[in-house]
Amino acid sequence: MLIKRNQNGLDIPFSSEITPRAVFESRRQFVKQLAVGSIAGSALMELAAHQAFAQTAGAQKLAARVNPAYVAMDKPTAYKDVTTYNNFYEFGTDKSDPAEHSGTLKTRPWTIVIEGEIKKPMTLDIESLLRLAPLEERIYRLRCVEGWSMVIPWIGYSLSALIRKVEPTGNAKYVEFVTLADKKQMPGLRSPVLEWPYVEGLRMDEASHPLALLALGMYGEVLPNQNGAPVRVVVPWKYGFKSAKSIVKIRFTKDQPKTAWNISAPQEYGFYSNVNPDVDHPRWSQASERRIGEDGFFARKRKTLMFNGYSEVASLYTGMNLHKFF
Amino acid sequence: MLSARQVSLVKVVIFALGLLPMVRLVWFGFADRLGANPIEFITRNTGDWTLYFLCLTLSVTPLRRMTKWNWLIRFRRMLGLFAFFYAVLHFTTFLWFDHFFDVGEMLKDVVKRPFITVGFFAFLLFIPLAVTSTNGMVRRLGGKRWQLLHRLIYLIAPLGILHFWWMKAGKNDFAEPILFGGIIVVLLALRLYWRLAQHRREPALR
Repeated sequence: MLIKRNQNGLDIPFSSEITPRAVFESRRQFVKQLAVGSIAGSALMELAAHQAFAQTAGAQKLAARVNPAYVAMDKPTAYKDVTTYNNFYEFGTDKSDPAEHSGTLKTRPWTIVIEGEIKKPMTLDIESLLRLAPLEERIYRLRCVEGWSMVIPWIGYSLSALIRKVEPTGNAKYVEFVTLADKKQMPGLRSPVLEWPYVEGLRMDEASHPLALLALGMYGEVLPNQNGAPVRVVVPWKYGFKSAKSIVKIRFTKDQPKTAWNISAPQEYGFYSNVNPDVDHPRWSQASERRIGEDGFFARKRKTLMFNGYSEVASLYTGMNLHKFF
Repeated sequence: MLSARQVSLVKVVIFALGLLPMVRLVWFGFADRLGANPIEFITRNTGDWTLYFLCLTLSVTPLRRMTKWNWLIRFRRMLGLFAFFYAVLHFTTFLWFDHFFDVGEMLKDVVKRPFITVGFFAFLLFIPLAVTSTNGMVRRLGGKRWQLLHRLIYLIAPLGILHFWWMKAGKNDFAEPILFGGIIVVLLALRLYWRLAQHRREPALR
């Protein structure tokens, strides 16, 4: 009888078999070339996307097809940087806090309550969310309001798939996202830095734009706790804080939602918060950014692009004064 | 009382300890341990150490009064110069890595952003204190005038706190500015208290 076993007697791969970053990145490059050049059929593309991008020991893999329409040409940021340097105030205010303190977050079982101005209110568990639409891999730029940026391969599908399912009424003008607020799992909630729970929101047409992503994974795996597990939104043309993490409730509303950062400092963080190099934050310029892990020590910062380079969303804001509605 | 030998020994120790934060930064740089955003790490770290040394410098006089350890005063200059040293590194990081020595761009930033304006102003005020820190300069200025000039530190420290406060305000995170602001307030309030007490004791000697 032939049973494939490693010398260590376990079916755990040796660390030497886990994809080294260089290989991972060259595969990324390969996938990107496939996607951009459209030289291969979708079957081959799927094959490429299903390669193991093992990064976190024991993390659940998530199969997804590359969506060639949403592959940023930029080099993806190293997994280590994305998972050790970010803001998630529910776990502390330092950018190393989420990685250090999010181990207590319990992501299964998990449900999202969907309510408000819709015909079909419902509660969805994470398993049904994973099945709601075909999972896609999309490589998006992420621009933080603090002046740094990353490039992240997310897994998920357009938020619009979920919106269609719950059938919004004519009264639904905005979508509100509510993050989990459980003191037992989230030590940062003890600090009064923001009003809890964290609430973010989008206008209906923004939420329905195909770029707005409901993300369930990244780098070929389910989301790590510190990056908003198990489900979050990613709105790549807005500053990072608009993309709510660890969502437990989605509400469709008539009035503009009161969002966390806007409540705490309305003159600094507008409801729209589109990436805009011409509108400075009162404390710092937004004209340029530092790409994490890529722009070397002695490199100048790179110019920030309008809508973070996603010019296809510009039509959502025709006729709006973006200096006033920042 | 410490002997001259003991004083120079303690000075060597303080000097070595004062350099440690910088050595740590250099070591982290080579060991790739500055994190995902090394420049931010260096900027914050050198800013923090400026503040720590400012607090240490300002605590010498109160400590000396309370303990009667008059020899403490002999180490104050070095602590103050270390505060300036880390302020220079902090400012250089800003000028070099944030603006690449584009002074025009930097000045635009200084004018436009209040927290940078305040930090820059505090740094400018700090320069004459460092320049006049030598024995020769004390002689040349005369003790009275030298002391008057060096009272600028009572302005520099609160400006430093304000700089820190406004920087953190962007993230709504005031825990550290409150802590260090509190320390500076106590250290300055003690001086005020002693001065008023002295006035009451010897009103005629004004």
